[in-house]
Amino acid sequence: MSTGEKFVQLLICIAVFFGVVALILLLTSRFRSRNGERLQFVAFVLPAIALIALGLLYPAINTIYQSFRDNTSSGFVGFDNYQTVFTNSEQIKVLRNTALWVALVPIVSTFVGLVYAVLVDRSRFEKFAKGLIFLPMAISLVGASIIWKFVYDYRDAENSQIGLANQVLKSLGFDTYQFLLTEPWNNLFLIVIMIWVQAGFAMTILSASIKAIPEDIVEAAKLDGVGGLRMFRYITVPSIRPSLIVVVTTISITTLKVFDIVRTATGGNFDTSVLAYEFYVQSFRSNNAGLGAALAVLIFVLVMPIVIYNVRQMRKLEAR
Amino acid sequence: MTAATDLPVEHVVAKQTASSQARQKLSSPWASLFAVVIAVLWTVPTAGLLISSFRPEDDVKSNGWWNIFTDPSFTWDNYDQVLNGTDTDLATYFVNSIVITIPSVIIPICLAVLAAYAFAWIKFPGRDFLFVAVFALQIVPIQVTMIPLLKLYVQPPFNLQPLAGGDAPGGGFYTIWLSHSIFALPLAIYLLHNFMSQIPGELIESARVDGAGHVQIFSRIMLPLMTPAIAAFGIFQFLWVWNDLLVALVFGGGSLDVSPLTVRLAELSGTRGQDWHLLSAGAFVSLVVPLVVFLSLQRYFVRGLLAGSVKG
Amino acid sequence: MALRNRRRMALVAAAVSAGLVLAGCADDDEGGEAAGGTWPGEDKAECEDLEQLAEFGDLSGREVGVYTSIVAPEDKPQIDSYKLFTTCTGAEVKYEGSKEFEAQLPVRVQAGNPPDIAFVPQPGLLKTLVATGKVVEAPDTVSDNVDEFFGEDWRAYGSVDDTLYAAPLGANVKSFVWYSPTMFSENGWTVPETWDDMIALSDTIAAAGIKPWCAGIESGEATGWPATDWLEDVLLRTAGPDAYDDWVNHEIPFNDPQVVEGLDQVGEILKNDEYVNGGIGDVKSIATTAFQDGGLPILDGKCAMHRQAGFYAANWPEGTVVAEDGDAFAFYLPTVSDEFGRPVLGGGEFTTAFSDAPEVAALQTYLSTDVWANEKAKNTPAGGWVSANTGLDVANLVSPIDQLSGEILQDPEAVFRFDGSDQMPGEVGANSFWKGMTAWITGEDSETVLSQIEDSWPSS
Repeated sequence: MSTGEKFVQLLICIAVFFGVVALILLLTSRFRSRNGERLQFVAFVLPAIALIALGLLYPAINTIYQSFRDNTSSGFVGFDNYQTVFTNSEQIKVLRNTALWVALVPIVSTFVGLVYAVLVDRSRFEKFAKGLIFLPMAISLVGASIIWKFVYDYRDAENSQIGLANQVLKSLGFDTYQFLLTEPWNNLFLIVIMIWVQAGFAMTILSASIKAIPEDIVEAAKLDGVGGLRMFRYITVPSIRPSLIVVVTTISITTLKVFDIVRTATGGNFDTSVLAYEFYVQSFRSNNAGLGAALAVLIFVLVMPIVIYNVRQMRKLEAR
Repeated sequence: MTAATDLPVEHVVAKQTASSQARQKLSSPWASLFAVVIAVLWTVPTAGLLISSFRPEDDVKSNGWWNIFTDPSFTWDNYDQVLNGTDTDLATYFVNSIVITIPSVIIPICLAVLAAYAFAWIKFPGRDFLFVAVFALQIVPIQVTMIPLLKLYVQPPFNLQPLAGGDAPGGGFYTIWLSHSIFALPLAIYLLHNFMSQIPGELIESARVDGAGHVQIFSRIMLPLMTPAIAAFGIFQFLWVWNDLLVALVFGGGSLDVSPLTVRLAELSGTRGQDWHLLSAGAFVSLVVPLVVFLSLQRYFVRGLLAGSVKG
Repeated sequence: MALRNRRRMALVAAAVSAGLVLAGCADDDEGGEAAGGTWPGEDKAECEDLEQLAEFGDLSGREVGVYTSIVAPEDKPQIDSYKLFTTCTGAEVKYEGSKEFEAQLPVRVQAGNPPDIAFVPQPGLLKTLVATGKVVEAPDTVSDNVDEFFGEDWRAYGSVDDTLYAAPLGANVKSFVWYSPTMFSENGWTVPETWDDMIALSDTIAAAGIKPWCAGIESGEATGWPATDWLEDVLLRTAGPDAYDDWVNHEIPFNDPQVVEGLDQVGEILKNDEYVNGGIGDVKSIATTAFQDGGLPILDGKCAMHRQAGFYAANWPEGTVVAEDGDAFAFYLPTVSDEFGRPVLGGGEFTTAFSDAPEVAALQTYLSTDVWANEKAKNTPAGGWVSANTGLDVANLVSPIDQLSGEILQDPEAVFRFDGSDQMPGEVGANSFWKGMTAWITGEDSETVLSQIEDSWPSS
């Protein structure tokens, strides 16, 4: 295909797509009655729901079914796969690590993103400063892991260092340290990579939200003598609460799903594996479809509390 | 609760307070120091990458990038190899990445805005249940969907036209577009719904009293108000698609004709090795576009997410 | 497929992306029966030795898709070596390389979208693929070629239940120890001929203040594989090829006393603080050193020996002279005793077909000939490729290390064995074995590790 053809294809695609959307809007713009409103709802939601049902719901159900079957999906094994997940000593470490990831990544990256967004807000270098924190987001997770692997690179203290972290230790007079090998701290060093990437996401969304805080609220608070930390605590944070929930939720879910960092940095060795990586290994390397599916279902179950919390918040918001 | 619909006034206020805010910021050296420390911590690894990309292979492999300050040696070789290393022109991959990314950003956003509006403001029995279901499906890992979805593309039910495999028409982009759109929808709907439901109900109510239907409200009131949120999500969707390797590999069938830049970057690491010096240069080549997009879309945030009105 | 329907494509693409699907315009299936006509190679001199291809007729306009893990720049010699095929049959080869090959191929096969031909690097994976029922049996022409040009053992690696599915393609030799000839001659060290010599040499070097061995087994998600090679190589020498086969096929337990003994023997080198890890750190640092970097301290004189396959040649930095009198070269990992001959551990790829179209069979046939092997050798000016094809003229190989590998592969005295982890079930060969060896390096003892791997062996 030539470049021209590709762009023609691109344009046709977009044109047809907008045509369909415009058609939906035009056809439904007439409806005013109660039934008409329902029709509008269906027309607005159907394209998205149909795609999601096809591409996500159907595979998800398929996975739940597979999780009760054996490694080649040919026989029914009941809860055996789940039993393995909760009894095998290695799998239990995987659960522990996952808990560590989900506890630390959303909180720390949201905190860093929020504080940074507040600090650089309306400063002279705002755009540039935000660009710096955003940069890691623009690098793929694999790229980020490779960068950090070099930061953590280990050489004997007597050899010249390639890794920045050990160079710092060495020049401070300490012995060099096996960052990726020493259990359980190595998990923290992997988590740092994810925080490094996700803080940019938190910062971008929260910064937009901070700018939306009505000026009159800020002004009124200032007149009352509120400033600095108290302003942050009593005005900024409550005002952007909905966005904070969105950010923490999104990062939590991303964290549960992420496997590239572990895959690239340690390959799940040295007790650093997490659920999502274990799922990947069992499904695609070990050819153990059943166990892989059980792990995927477990990830799904773990998200439920986050979903329920969000639904509650939504209800609260609607009640007001 | 403040429903400031008066945009110009809001702007003036923003300008007045901006300077006083800035002054206040400067008065707290600890705060500035903290910001600088974060900025440095976040930048150093990337800076190391940038410097490494200009160092000769031997140096990169034998000592740390900070040695460039004591023993400077620069080379363009790495970039030369990245840009001109293979028979296939790097431009082809660039074009593919762009052709893949644009619809994969536009389609899910449009569909998600429509759906998010309906979920937030149109009454329908079972609406909340549907929304929760969509939200929960965010968690389905892409790997789980690969085989079922590809099967659907290759052998669709009811004798429909296959989209991939031997009997498919040429191309290959549309399966990538479709897949990216599907995977983006749950998060997009969730995020946009959250922003939308923060818009004061009075705004919608008064428009309805004036006789406007949902389509009018959606296109005249909601879309303009949502611009910053859409821009924010657009940036992230852009990044995810731009940096994606898996979807392109699985659903694009791996043909070089439709392979994005990431495929080329993955190749750079060589068949058996991690050629750090090439990877670093390659990473910067692919980093340029997302960064430009971020910087150019950034101005949409500044106007205030919801034009100065949030439920608070 | 890309060529067939260009015009309709744009329309379909657009319609589909809007959520509509065009119904009922499936293509007619082509292929299956042999194409008619005279083959284009009829009167061409260069096609003289490829008479076999004549029976497939004129394949002009046909296309064969090849899917491999060999990516740029190493793919160029592959692509160049197909030119002769196109000249003689008229069919074009569409080459597609991906680093994610091993993960992607099963996905594509299961989803019903397999390539025409894939170069599968593991007999274990071949077995899994054959079990899906999508792999096509090798045509008679290929079977004849394999009988003519390859040994019984190689035929067996490409077969499942005595049926030949895939002909061997490339090969590599893993029983190598890399060293620096310059460093050796400067210090008056000589290449060891026996295991005991090698240990004595290691002691000499250690006494001189240099850690004699260096290693690295870090390889992302495949971390640990170089250590599995170590164990396999030593096991072949201490327990012998027959016991090795039993072990690979799980006819003796994974933690059989012979295996424990073999691993302990590996430990005498890899877990010996006096011996490792030259230029990098302590024993544990082996686990976090990238395998590509594992041998590099040799060039700085901080390490003397590094056991790794012949393909490690590609990892020496540009400008390194890889030759018997150069900066780096390899010697055969010595035997422990004469009892088991000269065992050689190695690997290779197999040409696996998922379609029985004539052009696919023709390419399979071409790739199994001696003509292709020599053509490939001549098209690989930088080196880094060998084959177990006995029709390959070793003189056509360019680099000294490839020539050495080629000689070893064709040596009638050599007892070749395929990398064991590549033949084991995925649960073990691509997971617990790697992980276990990594844990072993970081401190677990041999018996515990081997028992854990034994436990992970799938029951069915």
